[in-house]
Amino acid sequence: MTLLAVRQLTAHYGDFQALFGIDFGVAEGETVAVIGANGAGKSTFLRALAGLIATARDSVVFAGRAIGGELAHRVVALGLALVPEGRRLFPSLTVEENLLIGAYAGRPGPWHLERIYALFPILAERRKLQATMLSGGQQQMVAIGRALMSNPRLLLCDEISLGLAPVIVKDIYAALPGIKAEGTSIVVVEQDVGQALQAADRLYCFQEGRIALEGAPRQLTREQIALAYFGV
Amino acid sequence: MHAWLDTLLQGLMTGGLYALFATGLALSFGVMRMINIAHGDFAILAAFLAVAVAAALELNPFAAMLLVVPAMAALGYGLQRLVLNRTLGKDILPPLLVTFGCAIVIQNLLLEVFSADTRSLDAGSLGTDSLALGGGLAVGVLPLLIMGSAVAVLAALQWLFARSAVGRAFRAASDDAETAQLMGIDNKHVYGLAMAIAMAVVAVAGIYLAIRANVSPTEGPARLIYAFEAVIIGGLGSLWGTLAGGIVLGMAQAIGLRFDPGWGILAGHLAFLAVLVLRPNGLFPRTRDA
Repeated sequence: MTLLAVRQLTAHYGDFQALFGIDFGVAEGETVAVIGANGAGKSTFLRALAGLIATARDSVVFAGRAIGGELAHRVVALGLALVPEGRRLFPSLTVEENLLIGAYAGRPGPWHLERIYALFPILAERRKLQATMLSGGQQQMVAIGRALMSNPRLLLCDEISLGLAPVIVKDIYAALPGIKAEGTSIVVVEQDVGQALQAADRLYCFQEGRIALEGAPRQLTREQIALAYFGV
Repeated sequence: MHAWLDTLLQGLMTGGLYALFATGLALSFGVMRMINIAHGDFAILAAFLAVAVAAALELNPFAAMLLVVPAMAALGYGLQRLVLNRTLGKDILPPLLVTFGCAIVIQNLLLEVFSADTRSLDAGSLGTDSLALGGGLAVGVLPLLIMGSAVAVLAALQWLFARSAVGRAFRAASDDAETAQLMGIDNKHVYGLAMAIAMAVVAVAGIYLAIRANVSPTEGPARLIYAFEAVIIGGLGSLWGTLAGGIVLGMAQAIGLRFDPGWGILAGHLAFLAVLVLRPNGLFPRTRDA
């Protein structure tokens, strides 16, 4: 069943058009990867879905409801959560307070503090520390846990491997199956194509604000992906 | 020696009132990163409202306070939602200009409605009663009540910020407004709540001021300066620092007054300058700007 259906989505920063008619879909329980070079519009796309950038109402349909351009704080209450690029933890809040604020929207569901600590045990040890005192990988865990606390039906992850050592990235991606197991659908934006191919059921490649390629990782050849990623 | 103890004690008590004036200013700066130039004028507005309510309904000042404080909180919420939220952004100038305009509007409204006469609220014998502390020292019941109110307000706010979901939302919105929205926080509503609290506390301060002394319609800016000084001395963003700042200011003024009746206010300003030179971030700095 379709959870998210995006039709002809466009987005602008002032006079600059960043996205040109994106068609995109996520099925219930599916993990979808979005890859593409810097400036291809991946983050803009996620920000538009989350309500941080204005879009046409009908261009985003989530769980049967047109939500394009809806205010960000209402979008998360509907079950669509974004793990923002660069983590964006609240520096004056502790690890635990950062997680608790993720539940501010008050959506019921399987995720609560103890479940997050079970998913990322290191966070339980660090719960009283200021969030910004943690290592990069641990901060990323807080950012993911914080988004999960809103019990989303769809979790959008923007570059969760950015700036992290490969071994840490592996740890973080190891958490995704546990999240999927709760029935949560996931969209991961990645610059690391190998990581994206491994994690995803389906893949979209963005190029200069348009979708250049779409398909299941197994059905796509390395040449197709390279062409869609870099253009000609 | 005894006279000096008395001076310091009275200064300490004055600090409670200054802390009440300063708390709302610290709160709106802490949550919205916004400086409300009309803060002192809102205190005076609350005082005159209490004067009018007390006269019209034949209430004592504390009953009038119970009516005026919620009204000022509602005014604060409405003002933030309808006007001040639209001024917030990267540029810090629009909120300054708009609240400066509010200050002028309030002063002139008060002059128009109440004339330039000074007013005060009569709390009966409470205004003059005192408690003997032994050794010839005495403290006024009213100043003690004001200090108690300041401590209670600050303790309640401290609890709110540290332990409640709304307090977490205040801190999150202050840290990173955009990411706070991603958590389901409606920033505009949260800012409205913060301004409602700020306005409620400054209304308490203004009404206490009118019980203690005479207030005039154009007194707001002078009150704003004391509030600013208390906030800066205490350290931006620290609630208890605000109380410390108020006390430092109150004591400095009391000491100055002992030397010469004209030196009280000057001594307060000098103490403020001394803190700025020696500890530019205040006594208890909390604010972290990324």
